[in-house]
Amino acid sequence: MLELVEEAPRVRSIVLDLPGWRGHRAGQHVDVRLTADDGYQAQRSYSIASSPEDRSVVLTVERLEDGEVSPYLVDELRVGDELELRGPVGGYFVWEASIGGPLLLVSGGSGIVPFRSMLRHRTATRSTVPVSLLYSARSLDSLIYHDEIMRLAVQDGIDVSVTLTGQHPAGWHGYTRRVDRDMLAEAGIPPAESPRTYICGPTGFVEAAATALVELGHDPSRIRTERFGGSGAQSSMIESTSEG
Amino acid sequence: MYPVDGNAIAGTLFELLGAEMTDATGTCASCLEARPLGELAVYPGGPGIVVRCRSCDNVLMVLVEIRGITCVDLLGFTAVDPAPAS
Repeated sequence: MLELVEEAPRVRSIVLDLPGWRGHRAGQHVDVRLTADDGYQAQRSYSIASSPEDRSVVLTVERLEDGEVSPYLVDELRVGDELELRGPVGGYFVWEASIGGPLLLVSGGSGIVPFRSMLRHRTATRSTVPVSLLYSARSLDSLIYHDEIMRLAVQDGIDVSVTLTGQHPAGWHGYTRRVDRDMLAEAGIPPAESPRTYICGPTGFVEAAATALVELGHDPSRIRTERFGGSGAQSSMIESTSEG
Repeated sequence: MYPVDGNAIAGTLFELLGAEMTDATGTCASCLEARPLGELAVYPGGPGIVVRCRSCDNVLMVLVEIRGITCVDLLGFTAVDPAPAS
């Protein structure tokens, strides 16, 4: 572990030095396995936040109050510590410049993480694929990659819309409600342009957004989803544990 | 309990089958719907991992690990076509 970056309250990016890493594709994830002194193991999946072109592999982890792995990664891990990883894995929720676009990215909370990899990959490959990013967060404070998102928003070809579902600052001009059909029609890409659509977030968020997009006339076979499961705030994708 | 996606067991499937399986296509023997494994409904909370069809809820696959050996039961598929080469 090379470096830690505070992204938001309870959210930290972990910069890793991985000897023998064979590279990844934007949108893939890794499994992190922790082993306690007594042999108890817990494993979770985390999306890779860095692009394939970045020098280091970065994971962004949100701490879950009842989590087994994320509290360690967010609160305990120190520079120089070692982690057991498996990956990269996943071939379904992947975007590469060669896949083309236009690209519609819809994220809730830490669902933004794989999209950061995709957007950095787009920049690194000088892709001109038009992108619409719709990002739902509770408040401006909890917006992960706030500065980077704001820099992206002024670039050509990238349209960023943010909705703050909890608190919003005075003078906020963005959306202030949960993602719905009207918002997707307004801030998304019309079905006639046949966008490649990726939705990542908590289960309820993904279900609602995917249903609304299909109602708007989007082709379900061009919509790819990644759900976190559990309650609204989870950033890990699986609760698999094994003993012994 | 809410299910997660097949994406969540990508690492486990890779370890067991030696190939990236989330973009392989699985066809449900009950309703014949074909979907990428990455889209299937995964219930990881039990003693094992249960994978169900998103359309008809049919149990497609059960993974159970005991004493270091993983038992894979592909009981509900009529076909699993490998991922297109990438």
